[in-house]
Amino acid sequence: MTIRLMQGNEAIALGAIAAGCRFYAGYPITPSTEVAEVMARELPKYGGKFIQMEDEIASMAAIIGGRVGGLKSMTATSGPGFSLMQENIGYAAITEIPCVVVDVQRLGPSTGQPTAASQGDVMQARWGTHGDHPIIALAPISVRQAFDLTVKAFDFSERYRTPVILLTDEIIGHMREPVELPDFSTIKIYEHKVEEKPEEYKAFRNTEDGVPPLVPFGEGYRYHITGLLHDEVGFPTQRLDEIDPWLERVNGKLEKHIDEITLVEEDYQDGARVAVLSYGCSARTARHAVKVARAQGKKVNLLTLLTIWPFPEKQVEALGEKVDKIIVPEMNLGQLAYEVERVVGRKKVVRVTRANGEMVTPQMVLEKMED
Amino acid sequence: MTDHILEAHDLENHEALIPPSNWFERSETLQKLRKNKKFPTIWCAGCGLGVVMGALIRAIDHLGLKNDDVALVAGIGCTARMPVYMDFNTLHTTHGRALAFATGLKIARPGMKVIAIMGDGDALAIGGNHFIHAARRNIGITALVVNNSIYGMTGGQYSPTTPLGKVATTAPYGNVEPPFPICELAMAAGATYVARSTVYHALELDKFLTEAIAQDGFSVVEAVSYCHTTYGRLNRLGTAADMMRALKDNSIAKSAYDKLSPDEQHANTKIVRGVLHQNNTRMEYTRMYEQQILTRVQSV
Ligand SMILES: Cc1ncc(C[n+]2csc(CCOP(=O)(O)OP(=O)(O)O)c2C)c(N)n1
Ligand code: SF4
Ligand SMILES: [Mg+2]
Repeated sequence: MTIRLMQGNEAIALGAIAAGCRFYAGYPITPSTEVAEVMARELPKYGGKFIQMEDEIASMAAIIGGRVGGLKSMTATSGPGFSLMQENIGYAAITEIPCVVVDVQRLGPSTGQPTAASQGDVMQARWGTHGDHPIIALAPISVRQAFDLTVKAFDFSERYRTPVILLTDEIIGHMREPVELPDFSTIKIYEHKVEEKPEEYKAFRNTEDGVPPLVPFGEGYRYHITGLLHDEVGFPTQRLDEIDPWLERVNGKLEKHIDEITLVEEDYQDGARVAVLSYGCSARTARHAVKVARAQGKKVNLLTLLTIWPFPEKQVEALGEKVDKIIVPEMNLGQLAYEVERVVGRKKVVRVTRANGEMVTPQMVLEKMED
Repeated sequence: MTDHILEAHDLENHEALIPPSNWFERSETLQKLRKNKKFPTIWCAGCGLGVVMGALIRAIDHLGLKNDDVALVAGIGCTARMPVYMDFNTLHTTHGRALAFATGLKIARPGMKVIAIMGDGDALAIGGNHFIHAARRNIGITALVVNNSIYGMTGGQYSPTTPLGKVATTAPYGNVEPPFPICELAMAAGATYVARSTVYHALELDKFLTEAIAQDGFSVVEAVSYCHTTYGRLNRLGTAADMMRALKDNSIAKSAYDKLSPDEQHANTKIVRGVLHQNNTRMEYTRMYEQQILTRVQSV
């Protein structure tokens, strides 16, 4: 394997292909467009298909349709397009159709600053669509990790039958780093196995692990898929005795696998009373600040969240028990800090926020360690 | 018997596919209706949607398609509830987006017959953009648009096909927006098969749907229907039967329309029924992708 200089967006596209993605539908938007461009060029080489849809609503719909037809599917966008996708992200969640949505965050709201970085879609990734629903969001902090977490995103989406958001940002997306990619043939993704005969197949049945296997259309297992509340075979229902167990399964299935889904990096020092907690591009700031502080002889814990939804409550709670202060740098007005505060209490959390397109600097974090 | 049916339907002999009298028992498709699980339908008694569903089943049956090889994709609305009653691969999606979902499915399964079932609001208001782009791409999907000139499911708000001056709950003083001609829009956008009939002319619908589903590219069938519950009541158009009869009286076969003088054609206000457009020279989208891209790109 050779080492190549590569952009985060390119690594995401290649990660998708390595994970077996064979359908991409999207609509161009800065700073995510390179993902589409690489997919348009590379996918056909693997027998995959690319289409540029008329908008992001259609893109999201098309990738769900593609996965219903059996192709692992992805789309990529940024803030304005991510907003347009929300209704159909909810559709994928309620119908439990696996798919990967890449959001390369830029500064909003609205058209905002298209070329400036941001982490302003943290809450949108969790609650952007209406209604309670399960969702997974992963945030890489380097180009190589953009590749790895895209692979993970596909694996999680298949394994847990849920849309997965790869929540990255302009900095990771456009940054170039030398990376060495693994041989694609070594990458294994979860595949659904169905034991039932077609007549007995229930696409939405209750299973012990909460995730019934999915069969694509066209393989002899004819069934119904709807965004209405439905029973085990997919027919719309208003019966509470059918709705309640279904709601419990769908909204509880991620919790059943929370340890596998939660990806964090804990870099802790004995006796540290201060911690920095971050994710995405701001985690690079955090890492640098911690390095400087440690060089000055301070003891500091560093927690980097790669999985941000479901929120890693257990790990954050444990960190809260170790330290008096958790500094949370992020490129928004404190969206993830809300969650940290919810888990460890407001008193322990120090927000370092910046929502003007400029990165939080290590200096800003270091200052908070002082007071 | 046959003549009787033709006469009742105001059809010309060559225009209709007459099903055999025992077609119901013979039809594998019909026998596989999800009759035990889903019937009765949610539709109002007398709604024209049942006629469209019958025509669709007969068309699929006539083509001898296997249920496994057919997907019905719908948006949201009274019309869009149709797939749940039929034993195919059925995908009930979000309002307006049936064609966008269907596009992904068709790309994943080019061998599958994908039929998108939409109301006038579903296809032309919220889904209007997808409609013209699916036509432009000439992707192999059949768009079955049931045009009842109103938003039926939400209780009678005006739609992009509500005629000028007609009353709707959101047009209490009469509609001031001119309607879209669905078929002409589809033709202009690039659809390669476009036909229109009404729920009165059920056998004609059978035929047009059969041809549309057999068409390689993007095909559109506009099934003009009615909603007596909302539009009919608001505009005092009588019962379902009255509205059904009006479709007979207020429509004209294309063959008859073509014989009219230019002045008469200009003055015509009746619904023109027939195959309005067919073009077999344009290549279907998934075939084009296969030929122009997949077979040319060096695979790794
Ligand atoms: C995004 C969204 N907006 C609005 C609605 C509400 N809604 C449901 S059906 C419908 C209109 C249906 O009209 P049409 O497509 O003509 O179908 P019909 O019921 O007349 O068959 C509307 C506005 C919705 N479900 N989703
Ligand atoms: S509301 Fe209108 S369109 Fe809907 S089922 Fe009733 S009659 Fe048919
Ligand atoms: Mg309607």
